[in-house]
Amino acid sequence: MEITIENIYNSLQQVMDPEIPVLSVVELGMITDVVLQDNGAEVHMIPTFAACPAVSYIQRNIREHLERDLHISVTVIVDKHITWNSNRITAEAKVKLAQFGIAPPKRLAGEVSEELFVEVPCPHCGSTDTYLRAPFGSTLCRAIHFCKSCGQIFEQFKPLE
Amino acid sequence: MLNNAITDLMTKMADDELIQGHRNSEWTGLGPVMEEDIAFSSMAQDKIGHSWALYRIIEENLGGRQADLFAFCRPENEYKCCHLVEYPNSGYDFSLMRHFLFDQAEAVRYESMLESSFEPLQQLSRKVKGELKYHTLHANAWVMQLSKAGEESYDRMQTALNEIIALAAGIFEPGKAHEQVLIDAKVYPGEKELYNRWLDRIYPVLVKASLNLPALESITPAYGGRNGQHTPYLAPLLKEMGEVFNLDTAANW
Repeated sequence: MEITIENIYNSLQQVMDPEIPVLSVVELGMITDVVLQDNGAEVHMIPTFAACPAVSYIQRNIREHLERDLHISVTVIVDKHITWNSNRITAEAKVKLAQFGIAPPKRLAGEVSEELFVEVPCPHCGSTDTYLRAPFGSTLCRAIHFCKSCGQIFEQFKPLE
Repeated sequence: MLNNAITDLMTKMADDELIQGHRNSEWTGLGPVMEEDIAFSSMAQDKIGHSWALYRIIEENLGGRQADLFAFCRPENEYKCCHLVEYPNSGYDFSLMRHFLFDQAEAVRYESMLESSFEPLQQLSRKVKGELKYHTLHANAWVMQLSKAGEESYDRMQTALNEIIALAAGIFEPGKAHEQVLIDAKVYPGEKELYNRWLDRIYPVLVKASLNLPALESITPAYGGRNGQHTPYLAPLLKEMGEVFNLDTAANW
């Protein structure tokens, strides 16, 4: 495969988030830049949450995927100039999240406020008759909600500034 | 001179988060309801992640020791955490009230650093600020809920506030010579200013919860931690926290 920025992004589409295996690092908005170099490429990425325990695992996955697909040497750098926010998740990825059973974050306009946690559509039955049980869930990026219509607990990918 | 002052400030912040993070983690498996167990465990992870990010800046930008060694291999009197975070969790009333007062103070501190002249701190503050929102949201909600949950519950929250306020005021212990250097260099606005902003932040929540803020003139803030003088609770905690790491500090994990 030819070494182009486009092909590198295509390969990165196959690198899945270990905690949400239906979404790639590109769809989650974790890739901030790809730079071609003489003998390889540099990939710049950002974690969703500062304390995300999966960062070094993801870095290694990126390196291994690109080395396998394109036979180039790759350096993965954590970009300190850009901070991740939940609006970086693509529209297609939000649909996949809901299909996976996790409610996607509502679009942020300004700061995180309580309203973003009200009437979050249930990913199981679609009802908005739901309430926030806890702003923390099974991973740092998830909150717990309850759906009064279908009587089920569900998780939401948290909006983050 | 300036770098020493920045290291001093960041060590205080990082040590606070490391120790509070460890205290939060002590609720794992013991929370009164599942959601609260998860909340304190998540906040523990956030806090320790933030302390790690601060230790890394000290290492990478300020010529400090390697982050893990700095975090786990200092003598007790070189830790600069405030007394508030050292106290054992006690009951849920104490833990929640400490969480409220501490996280509001952290929020105010990081927000003030969004304008910091020290770029690595400014960048980190942007990241941490959004995450801390969840900690203060959680704290505010529970302080208000429990204060309206009947007489016993209200009394416990008021008692916790009375007991903790002097410890919490100790977060803002004056930073002596270093502090003026940091204010002049616009690294951050200084402890007194942050203390006032913190009071403005906690007061409206306490009013909504019908809790009475003790008269601040009558309290003696628990100072000393920033200079390495600690409560008897810190030494055993450090020993426990570093127990595995200190078996082999050169091990590769």
